[in-house]
Formats: sequence, C-alpha cells, structure tokens
Amino acid sequence: MEIVTSPHVLKPVSITRVMGQVCLALLPGIAVYSWLIGPALLLQLGIASLTALAAEALLLKLRGKPVSPFLMDGSALVTAWLIALTFPPLSPWWLTATGVLFAIVIAKQLYGGLGQNPFNPAMVAFAACIVAFPALMSQWPAQGLSLSFGQQLEVVFGLAPRIDALTAATPLDAMKTALKMDGVHASVQELLANQTLYGTFAGRGWEWVTSAYLLGGLFLLWRRVITWHVPVAFVLGLLLISGLCWSLDPARYADPLFHLFSGGAMLGAFFIATDPVSGCTTPRGKLIFGFGAGALAYLIRVFGAFPDGIAFAVLIMNLCAPLIDLFCQPAVFGKKKEAP
Amino acid sequence: MGLMEKFFGLSWGIHPEDHKRPAADAATRTMPVPERLYVSLSQHLGAPARPAVLVGQKVRKGDKLADPQGAVSAAIHAPTSGTVAAIGEIPAPHPSGLPVLAITLDSDGKDEWTELEGCTDPFALEPAEISRRVAAAGVVGLGGATFPSALKLSLSQKSKVSTLIMNGGECEPYLSCDDRLMRDAAADIVDGIRLMLHATGATEALVGIEDNKPEAIAAMTEAARPYAEVSVRPVPARYPMGSEKQLILVLTGKEIPADGRPGDVGVVVHNVGTARAVHEAIRHGRPLVSRLVTVNGACVAQPGNIFVPVGTLVEEVLAFAGGLQGAPARLIMGGPMMGMSLPHARVPVVKGTSGILALDAAQVAERAQEPCIRCASCVRACPIGLLPLEMARHIQASDLKGAVGVGLKDCIACGCCAYVCPSQIPLVQYFAHAKGEMAAQDRAKLRAEATKKMAQARSDRLEREAREKAEMAARRKAERAAAAAATAATAPTPSSTAVAEGAQA
Repeated sequence: MEIVTSPHVLKPVSITRVMGQVCLALLPGIAVYSWLIGPALLLQLGIASLTALAAEALLLKLRGKPVSPFLMDGSALVTAWLIALTFPPLSPWWLTATGVLFAIVIAKQLYGGLGQNPFNPAMVAFAACIVAFPALMSQWPAQGLSLSFGQQLEVVFGLAPRIDALTAATPLDAMKTALKMDGVHASVQELLANQTLYGTFAGRGWEWVTSAYLLGGLFLLWRRVITWHVPVAFVLGLLLISGLCWSLDPARYADPLFHLFSGGAMLGAFFIATDPVSGCTTPRGKLIFGFGAGALAYLIRVFGAFPDGIAFAVLIMNLCAPLIDLFCQPAVFGKKKEAP
Repeated sequence: MGLMEKFFGLSWGIHPEDHKRPAADAATRTMPVPERLYVSLSQHLGAPARPAVLVGQKVRKGDKLADPQGAVSAAIHAPTSGTVAAIGEIPAPHPSGLPVLAITLDSDGKDEWTELEGCTDPFALEPAEISRRVAAAGVVGLGGATFPSALKLSLSQKSKVSTLIMNGGECEPYLSCDDRLMRDAAADIVDGIRLMLHATGATEALVGIEDNKPEAIAAMTEAARPYAEVSVRPVPARYPMGSEKQLILVLTGKEIPADGRPGDVGVVVHNVGTARAVHEAIRHGRPLVSRLVTVNGACVAQPGNIFVPVGTLVEEVLAFAGGLQGAPARLIMGGPMMGMSLPHARVPVVKGTSGILALDAAQVAERAQEPCIRCASCVRACPIGLLPLEMARHIQASDLKGAVGVGLKDCIACGCCAYVCPSQIPLVQYFAHAKGEMAAQDRAKLRAEATKKMAQARSDRLEREAREKAEMAARRKAERAAAAAATAATAPTPSSTAVAEGAQA
C-alpha cells in the first residue's frame, strides 16, 4: 500500500474550481455590459478566449510542460475575459488578440507560468496597449450609438472604416477632458446634470455594469474565493481620497459615488486587485495592497495622463507586494507580546 | 479572543466534514483476545521499555512485561494471560514499517487477571502516591501523543498548575472513541478527573468538548453535577480544537508562549480517555492493557468503537469489524488529519492507537499537484499564524534558515494548510522533511564541533608536549652550560667537558 504524509483527507477544491467561480461571478457584469453595448462584447470575449487558450497551449508545449492539465485550470480564460472587459468593446480584433498574447506569452508564461508572474497579466496587457495604441484604446462607443451586429462585426474586423463619430470617450474620460479644458469653467455639478452622458449616479449605463460587477464580487466573497480585505480596502482607498478632494472643491472634483461606479473601479476591487498570484498573501498586507491600489487608481484617474488608473495602480502595487508581505507577517501563536 | 472572533467566529483552523456518525452512535463492542499478541516496547513517548520477562515464562493479565527505562518512559503489562513466546523484532506501527522490539504473547484463552490492588479511598493518599500508582499502571496520554501520564502529573504538581484541562475535543474527523467513552463511562472519567486534580493540586477542571457531541456533553455534565470543581465546557467544533494550544486559548483565554509549555500559564492538559485509565489504575489497580479504538471508513463493513487488547494486529481488528469491503485506498492509524498511513495491516495496536481507518478512493480524494497560486488559503487556515506557502517556497529552494524565519519551528503539523490547498501541495511533507533535515544538520553540527574539539585538544597536546620537550632540552642545555661554566677552568672547551660529563653520567 502506498505510504503518504498526512493529512489523508482534502477539501474538495481545485484551481479549476476557483477559476470557474471567478468566470461565473463575471457573468452578471458581462450580461449587463453586452445588453448596453451589443453583441460586440461577446465577440471580443470569444476572440480573447481563443487567443489565450491557443497561446497557453503553444507556450506550454514549447516549455515542455503537460498541456491539458494546465489548459484546464482556467487561469488563461480568466485573464482573457478580464482583457476583453477592460479593452474598448469595438477595438479591432487584432488589438484584443495582441493584448491577450502579451498577457499570456510575456507576462505569464515567460515568467514561469501559473503562479510565477509578479504582475497581473491582464493589467500588463492593458498598460502595454494603452501606451502602444493610445488612440484605439480610448475609443469607446458613443452614447446612444446603436449598431447592428453586422455593423459591429465590420468595425471589429476592420471591414468598415473606423469613423471618429462611432467612438467616444468614457464618462470618466469625458469628465476629465471637460474639467481640463481651458476657458470652459463647467463645474462637476453642471456636467453631471447632463443625464444623457452621466446617467443616474455615475456614467450612463456604466453604473449598471459596475453594479453587476459588485454583485459578482459579493458572490466571490460568499463563496470564499476571495477575502474581504482587498475589496474593502480598495473601496476605502478610493472613497477616502476622492471624498477628501470632493469636500475641498466639489466643483472641480466629482463625488466619491461617481468614482466608485465608473470605469473599472468595481472590476478592479473585486476581480483584478484580488488576483492572488501577484497580490499580497497576509491579511494586513492585503489591506495595504487594496488601499494603495484604490488610492492610486484615483490619483492616476484625476491627476494622471490616462483616463482610468486601475491598471497602473494595480501594477504599482504588484511591485510593492513582496515588500508589504515582508512587513505584514501575522503574529505567530505565543509571540504576540514580544513586539516592542 | 479578539473582537473580530467574537463577531465572526474563530478565524483559525478548518471545518472538515466530521464523518463521525454512524460509527459514533453504534454500541461499543469488546473484541475477544486473539491467539497471539504483539506488544511493542515503544508505545509511549521517550525511551523504549526494558523486557522484565523471559521467553517461555507464564504471565497473567496485568503482570508487568517491561520496565520503564530512563526519565521519560512507561511500564508495559500483559494484555491477557498466557506464555511469552518471543522477544524480538516485528514490523512497527509506523509508515516506515521498520522493525521494532516487541514481546510476543501466546494467549491461554483464560484471560485471567493477576492479583490487583485497588483503593477504596484514594483521596486519603498522598498526591505523589497517586502519580506512583499511575506510573506503575503504565498509563500514557491516550489522545495520541502517549506522553507518560505520571510524569505529567508530578511535573504539574511541582510547577503548581491551577487548572486541569480535560481534552474531549476529538477534533479529528472519523474518530469517536473519546465521544463514545464519555457517553458510556462518564462517571469513571469524572472520578479520574477528580483523582488527577488531587494528584496535581489544581483547583478546577475544565472539560472541553466540541459541540458536535451533544450526547457526550449531556452525559459528562450529568456526571460532573455533584462536583463544583469539575465543569463541562462545550467548545465550537473546529479542527484543530484538540490541539493543546488552541484548547487552552479557547477555554482560558491564555496563550502559551511560543517556546513554552502549558505549565507556563498554570495549566495542564490531559485526554478524557487518560482520566478513565487513571480511574481504572487507582480504584481497581488495573494497568492499561486495552483501549477503545474507532474503526471507521468506507471500506469497513461494521464501523464503530471496539475495546481492543494492546498488541492485537490491525488486520484482526478489521476482521472483527466485519472485514473489509473492497481494497482500501489508504489504511490509517490515528485520525485522517495527523494519523500515519500504514504499509500493511500486520502491525499491532499500541496504547496511542485512537483509530484504524480504511478509506476508499472517494474519501481520500487524491488529485494531481498543481502550482501554488498564492491564494493564501493556507495562511487563513493556519492555527499558529504562520505563512505555509512562504515556508514551502523556502524549503523548495533548500533555504532552511529562511523557512525557520517564517515559523517552521512553530509548526504543529496539524495539516490544515495541506487540507485547504486548492493545488494539493503536500505542505506537511515539506515541513516534515525540513524538520528532519534540520535535526540531521544539528546532529552533524554537534558531531563536527566534537571532532573540532578533539582535534584542537590533540594539537594542544602535541604543542604542549613539544613545548615541554623543548623546555626540557633548554633546561638541560642550561644545566650543562652552568656545569660547563663551573668546570671551565679545568677543561679546554665546554662541549668536550659536556660530552665527558654525559659519558660519566
């Protein structure tokens, strides 16, 4: 009989199950988003998934690793979906594919595959693409734009010309540009009064997408796939800094609710900053990681050069994660009173 | 306990499926004595016992077979009456299956007790006398650690503990022998607890029982009702509640220092089964020669709790429990979280055998190992507050110092981390390997130091001898020179004089 070390029973969990639950939790967000944007989003999800699985399989083969068990773990799929959800939905197909290839090949497999990447692969892809293709990465479908699936297909596959009228900035970007424009002294309140663009309490339509992400995030918390530390600290970081700026000058800075429910805030708090591989592992470390990501996201959003700051905020915190963990080791049983 | 724990429950440990029923609810059975018993001489923590019988000698049940050897050791008694057939090596109840010294006893079928010296008024005895009688009965901790109980009693008396904690947690899944014992023999256990209070000088006894054993809690509460000093405290069912550190923290709020013992916080912990063994030893003079063993798992035909004479082979116990249904995927002695996997069933039951489990493939649920995704489930589960994933990372890189830096030495090997790991990384195996490696390094270091000391002593000696030789030579030379100077007037050269003197001498 085979001799093995204890324990002899195991919790019925696996990486595939964890990743599967993450995908499941993304579904409400995807549903609302595609209802808002149209089937183009599903197309992008398909392009991203196929590219990710193909790239993962190829690289695993090149690295001499078993292909099917690693392909089945679902981690490539999660990366692909996050890229499809963070890139503009009417991006040309090759932009999505390039992003996914960058994430899987460079940010993940070249670092040693699952569990070895120091940076969140999806956010590496986002950062690389927004630097390399800034114009394409800022073209979001204009409000009220209704295209048939055929028209969307033509845009994504480059069969129709990309007319500027087709694309616009996100509410977040529009707000930033409007506030920065010289000579125009529109206040935030006046801007927000524009219901067609800004909706009920954040970007029109976007508020419902982000709310759906929040719902998915709560599902992950309930299923214990993630702990509360990162999302709560992320939201706190964002609320605290945005609240401070807003209380100082409500005419120049949008209210915290707007920031919380626009852009990638909720996706970032529950799905991106919670990536275990590139994040912190200690409870206190997770709090610092989440708070830092939330606060940095706001600072980059409002004072930086990019429309949204989630990607760079998360990447910067990825960089700090090992150091944070080093200083946040939990108290060992019986050693609590030792601290000076 | 922290504020968070008050609101959100205990943050440490895990909550595995307990699988205790229906085995726990089945009536206790007593196994007939098999024809041949294999009584291991190493069935307690510490040095093996020394045989006190000869081959061919007739013994009665309860006669002493072996004497304790050294400070930490325990006596061993005949589990039945019969003839000593052999004293030699048998396969050990250990994953290695390495041979261990044992006394083989052929039963005469009479199962006849030797003369037993009980005691009707043990509270009149000196505390030290209780400890002596417990030692004479070969009682060891029946929770699994098998530390000699008498030693623990006398140490507690010396360190003046105030609280006796009785461990009825039984947090390991599948096991129910303590549960069953508390339901069936609550009065004996309470009597044993009172005897232990008397022996240690502790003023109160807290019996911690996990709240998944309501029948045991009811039976023990009823039995302890007349005695104000014994109180039964239900504790949340959470693994590893039966770990000394956790049980003390939950019951008293005291945290044992990392490098300390329960005595440092005025507490001593004994298992409830041990209390019954103490009762048997003091009241009836019966030594510890059998114990209650949980036989459980999908491959066991009639799971339940069975009184088994020490030295019975596992295969005979399994046969008594109705035999095996299908080939077990894993055979375990002890609980599934910390027990040992057995190479085969031809190993004997020892005093510390709390369970024999024959699990099928579905219960073991083995999966292929995957890479660590740093999900930190292990960090959340660790009851000691360690970072198992970081320890494993250091050990994989052969960086033992680094592993110690993140807490390897504080690890209690409870297995919570490996249980929750979604990648099925054998974390406990890593830690056991590293602890073994460190022990080997420590031994090598001691040996190197001893060698160095001896080499140093040798070179010191050689140096001293050379110096003494040189000094001697110098002295002689000086003496000769002095002598030469004295005779300088008569001799033409000092050297010829010296030679002449030497020749004369």
